[in-house]
Amino acid sequence: MNELLSQYLPVILFIGLSAVIGAALLFVPFMVAVKNPDPEKVSAYECGFDPFDDARMKFDVRFYLVAILFIIFDLEVAFLFPWAVAFGDVGWFGFWSMMIFLGVLTIGFIYEWRKGALEWD
Amino acid sequence: MTLPLFFFYLFSATCIGAAVMVISSRNPVHSVLFLILAFVNAAGIFLLAGAEFLAMILIVVYVGAVAVLFLFVVMMLDVDFAELRKGFLQHLPIGMLIGLIFLIELVLVAVGFVVSPQVAAESVLPINDTISNTRALGQVLYTRYVYLFQAAGLVLLVAMIGAIVLTLRHRKNIKRQDIGRQVGRKRSEAVKTVKVESGKGL
Repeated sequence: MNELLSQYLPVILFIGLSAVIGAALLFVPFMVAVKNPDPEKVSAYECGFDPFDDARMKFDVRFYLVAILFIIFDLEVAFLFPWAVAFGDVGWFGFWSMMIFLGVLTIGFIYEWRKGALEWD
Repeated sequence: MTLPLFFFYLFSATCIGAAVMVISSRNPVHSVLFLILAFVNAAGIFLLAGAEFLAMILIVVYVGAVAVLFLFVVMMLDVDFAELRKGFLQHLPIGMLIGLIFLIELVLVAVGFVVSPQVAAESVLPINDTISNTRALGQVLYTRYVYLFQAAGLVLLVAMIGAIVLTLRHRKNIKRQDIGRQVGRKRSEAVKTVKVESGKGL
């Protein structure tokens, strides 16, 4: 248990170090850099004219479809990890159980391919 | 033992703080970002509890994918907040009534719910300390819990088909590139020579 956590100590050190470097890169320009603000300089730039409207606009629903298909295959891969680690222990039954699982999702994959959900018309 | 304890309090305090900010921040996009922070800290708590695999899956699936989806939903909603707050006072009494009912139900569940002791004794697998977390999961997930595993596969299939049926709309009159047709095109069917008499045009 404690041995497991000590293996993660480098991860914590890495996260801490990257946080320090990131914060330094964020804050040093505030103190060191020359600042000469000007209404024209600080305004948002959109090819030389005033920006038309807010960046928060409605997305096309197709982005949502791509994201949800990504999540489904992400979960499928998440199920593959313990299977791969315990491959020697689960035997043929575990092998075929995973093959059926993959087969079911392959049906969905073929369906989405045939429907053209992967194309961005 | 003090270092894990310190990290436990760090993670849980950040997690609770982020969860409070999820429901109290005004900007829904900030809410989603605080939700991601709460997910990451929950993964840290899982890690401290020894559930390595769950922690990593929480980061991969929830932080990577579900949070992106939430961001999409929030941005797609395009909520007008002035419009939302208009009926706030008017609906306050009924909202408080429903909240009170939920609170009473929650208290009743918390007080009155008892887990039968033999259920826990029979259904829980003994923890094997000698093998890793992921391997222990893999040993039972595909054999002992095979029906639940296959049900998870079917749920994913239904989610996939449902998402396609609900959101896929092919636009009409769109010119798609068909490389096979493009390459298979012959000169004879694409170009023809026309004799044009002078001064007349086509």
